[in-house]
Amino acid sequence: MNFRTLKQLAELAETRNLTLGQLMLEEQCHETGEDKDTVFTQMQAYYEIMKSAVHQGLHTDTTSKSGLTGGDARKLMAYRTEGQSLLGDHASLSMSYALAVSEVNASMGRIIATPTAGSCGIIPGVFISSQERFAWTDEQMVYGLFASGAIGYVIANNSFISGAEGGCQAEVGSAIGMAAGALVDIRGGSPSQAIHAVGLALKNTLGLICDPVAGLVEIPCIVRNGFGAITALGAADMALAGVRSIIPSDEVVQVMLEVGSAMPESLRETAGGGLAQTPTGRKITSDLQHK
Amino acid sequence: MRFKDVFSIIGPAMVGPSSSHTAGAARIGRTARHLFGECPSHAEILMFGSFAATYKGHGTDTAIVGGLLDMNTDDPGLPDAFAHALTAGMETNIRPGTGLYPHPNTVEIELSNAAGNRTLNMVGTSIGGGNIEIVRINGYHLKLTAVYPTLIIRHRDEPGVIAVVTRLLVDHHINIGHMSVDRKNRRGEAMMVLECDGKMHPAVIRQIEALSEVHDVTLLCL
Repeated sequence: MNFRTLKQLAELAETRNLTLGQLMLEEQCHETGEDKDTVFTQMQAYYEIMKSAVHQGLHTDTTSKSGLTGGDARKLMAYRTEGQSLLGDHASLSMSYALAVSEVNASMGRIIATPTAGSCGIIPGVFISSQERFAWTDEQMVYGLFASGAIGYVIANNSFISGAEGGCQAEVGSAIGMAAGALVDIRGGSPSQAIHAVGLALKNTLGLICDPVAGLVEIPCIVRNGFGAITALGAADMALAGVRSIIPSDEVVQVMLEVGSAMPESLRETAGGGLAQTPTGRKITSDLQHK
Repeated sequence: MRFKDVFSIIGPAMVGPSSSHTAGAARIGRTARHLFGECPSHAEILMFGSFAATYKGHGTDTAIVGGLLDMNTDDPGLPDAFAHALTAGMETNIRPGTGLYPHPNTVEIELSNAAGNRTLNMVGTSIGGGNIEIVRINGYHLKLTAVYPTLIIRHRDEPGVIAVVTRLLVDHHINIGHMSVDRKNRRGEAMMVLECDGKMHPAVIRQIEALSEVHDVTLLCL
């Protein structure tokens, strides 16, 4: 890839007069030697799997193997349909979709890691709900996935994307940043606006710990995907309105690396701390062991 | 770069619940299977770090066994890998390991066949989003990602062996993206790992195998 930082990514796109998504497609072709059709088709297939996961999460029983989670996406949809949502139609739909995909993941269904499985609900949640609202084409959405991939590529190579390495900020936080930047890109914001959205989003998730109860990607991972979808929409709106990340987004990525590295091991996906070690977390763990 | 391209961030398509603990683990298992070259009859699996702490909840053990059975990250049979292992006649012994480990998600896999004349020891790390790095093969400290067609060549540590091998690749217009070499001792046993771009013609492998200093060649192409 011809960029290593978010700043370089935005500058490269602006110089070549491309969106982040278009630029990443070209960069990917250059990297692998494959033609645009092949690369685009693979991403399109991934988007179809995301749509299937949303559908599956809302229309089938998503009770997980542990029995701890499942069915929350449907509850949220029902509540939303009654016109009760405080967030409003669109945000609550994004949140329901994000929960749906994350529940499918917890029940060992088929999903796309974006960037990880623990954070697989956020991008489909905001992408698919926004597509319905703005009548975007599948082609636009697939370019959006390339944009989020470009952002994630920088974060992953300069910091981390796994909870075991950097806490949940690395998983859910990265996904929110990727989703926010990509939404700005799809909506026609400038590449630099998209990069500001990444910084705004990441700043709001710094220090987020990875503390899966009983070591399962269920509690609190699933609901964090729902909240993540809302944060992504908020960050995208702020950036599109002209709000800037005063701390440059690349510096925020560096801070994520520092914070994650300083985090004790107990808060990095070991189930040794955080919610996993609350009295209830320990009880759930012990009940499952004796099941 | 640790993460190579757009599909190492968006993707893989996988069966839940964790990209590090399920998809990455399955890919490590599958890499071991391909390096070993056949379905092992016995697998010793040692878990370290977050893998050791949470492998039961995440199904990391199941995913590694699925990988050893050559299953891909989105194989619907993955959650039932232990049942499939029984059918395939593969015994497994899984436990937490002791001592230092190179990454929070590390697994050491030791495979053997029924005749007891073939073994493989491999250490793999799952670095996030389903991406992996293999860091040790049979005691050699090397690095491979299993993303590219990869040549694993066991050879004698002699001057010029690497030059001859890379010259053969040049002749076939094969580009090397990453390379690592380690040896047991000077002029002794050595191993080189070459991550290459594009397709690997069988003729290249035959030519490398024919070199007198080369013991064997494995092409890893997942």
